[in-house]
Amino acid sequence: MLSYTADEMMTVAAARSLRNGMTCFVGIGRPSEAANLARVTHAPDLVLIYESGTIGAKPSQVPLSIGDGILAETADSVVSVPEIFNYWLQPGRIDVGFLGAAQLDKFGNINTTVIGPSYAEPSVRLPGAGGAPEIAAACKEVIVIVRQSRRTFAEKVDFVTSVGFGDGAGSRQRLGLTGGGPQLVITDLGLLRPDPESGELVLVGSYPGIKVPEVQEKTGWDLVVSPDLAEVPPPTKAELIALRELLSTAPGSARQNGAPPPKSSR
Amino acid sequence: MAEIVTLAEAISATVHDGDMVAMEGFTHLIPHAAGHEVIRQQVRDLTLVRMTPDIIYDQLIGAGCARKLVFSWAGNPGVGSLHRFRDAVEHSWPRPLELEEHSHAGMANRFAAGAAGLPFAILRGYRGTSLAENTSGVSDIVCPFTGETLTAVRALRPDVAVIHAQRADRQGNVQYWGITGVQKEAVLAASRSVVTVEEIVESLEPRPGAIVLPSWTVSYVAAVPGGAHPSYALGYSARDNDFYLAWDEISRDRERFAAWLDEHVYEKAVAGRRSAAAC
Repeated sequence: MLSYTADEMMTVAAARSLRNGMTCFVGIGRPSEAANLARVTHAPDLVLIYESGTIGAKPSQVPLSIGDGILAETADSVVSVPEIFNYWLQPGRIDVGFLGAAQLDKFGNINTTVIGPSYAEPSVRLPGAGGAPEIAAACKEVIVIVRQSRRTFAEKVDFVTSVGFGDGAGSRQRLGLTGGGPQLVITDLGLLRPDPESGELVLVGSYPGIKVPEVQEKTGWDLVVSPDLAEVPPPTKAELIALRELLSTAPGSARQNGAPPPKSSR
Repeated sequence: MAEIVTLAEAISATVHDGDMVAMEGFTHLIPHAAGHEVIRQQVRDLTLVRMTPDIIYDQLIGAGCARKLVFSWAGNPGVGSLHRFRDAVEHSWPRPLELEEHSHAGMANRFAAGAAGLPFAILRGYRGTSLAENTSGVSDIVCPFTGETLTAVRALRPDVAVIHAQRADRQGNVQYWGITGVQKEAVLAASRSVVTVEEIVESLEPRPGAIVLPSWTVSYVAAVPGGAHPSYALGYSARDNDFYLAWDEISRDRERFAAWLDEHVYEKAVAGRRSAAAC
């Protein structure tokens, strides 16, 4: 078995969560890495949709931005930005929205706007909403991929950029949000899913070698562990080789800058 | 009819102190050279509008051109923060920056309403988010037919739209393709517009998927080959991803940023004027 990092486990777990043939609205960064890994492994017919208006993009390398030329050149269709949001995302045509987060709370609400108690005078100014609020509202389901820490996993987010389950079960219905909300959160420590009754995220999957108290320690609320907690299988050799090959061709990677490809065996 | 002029003439004729200016481009076809000309002409108190303010808006903000930013995602795509933008928001340097913040869907619809001559647009959005509480121009609206509560967003009507395109013909008809973003809506929503192009050709060949802005919808066209760099023009250039990565370092430090601006924006103007004088 190959050795692997916590980030690799997270990206592989995220890729596995995508089923072949799904339509997937992809955020840039780790969601895009995982979606492209899925496409080169078990889900060749995954339809990747980027908010730049590229529908069915088939990049041969991980793009740096949602507007890299390779996305337009390999897409089934390229539409304008008003069209991608109004005609494609808003009606609920998209199976899964794949998002990152700077901060996430126990109801799966996402903050990518400001850190600190005051919007007007933030301690950290983040990039903001982008397409995420409507992706989180309208996709049939949302998958979030984020590194876990007490700071990131807060009892309550400082700013609700994108709504998960709001104040708890029933919030989405009250707000008129048409999609199913965050059905899976994938971190470097495990997998979380919302409790169907309360909407609160609970630990449902653990990774090899990572103990439950460690995951709870890195959660800013009292993390409930599902009675059906299952161990997630480690990355296979094929998954790791595919992921490393994919990342080695990404802009700004070591290999792009002249370094040899990473060793793939221990 | 669009007039074909130099970039400096186009900017001085359209972009004035206090204007609302939308320099649009969704990663592709970003009008960087035009933004540099705005910095060189030292235009002040601008309300800058853009869905995805990235490096060129970081430069305009750091150079002190902007009073306010209307936007939906301010970052260096795939790289991280915009440091000049953050310095302005977190430390008011070089001056305070007022924010009006939306989602992409909201901004796209605001441009579309402006292009359509409507006062607002309707979408399903913002509900339950903190954005709605912190941003003006967002309101609930009840559908008169179904009773469903939807969201209204105020139309955007910029004074000026500035975009980059692949080409124009000698009559000033503009053609662009690839990722087309929200540029058509921005130009049609604005009172005045500037289009920089990779080249001016005798006549435009029809091209699948291309958008054509007829000459009479555009104020000024200027030929600026490479005018999108480090963004790109599909069919003419590739995105300079290395520069986006390098910008993270250049922009972190105020002095290093100022030196970069001197060398790559202000000095270029001096060199340009000298060569113009020599002609």
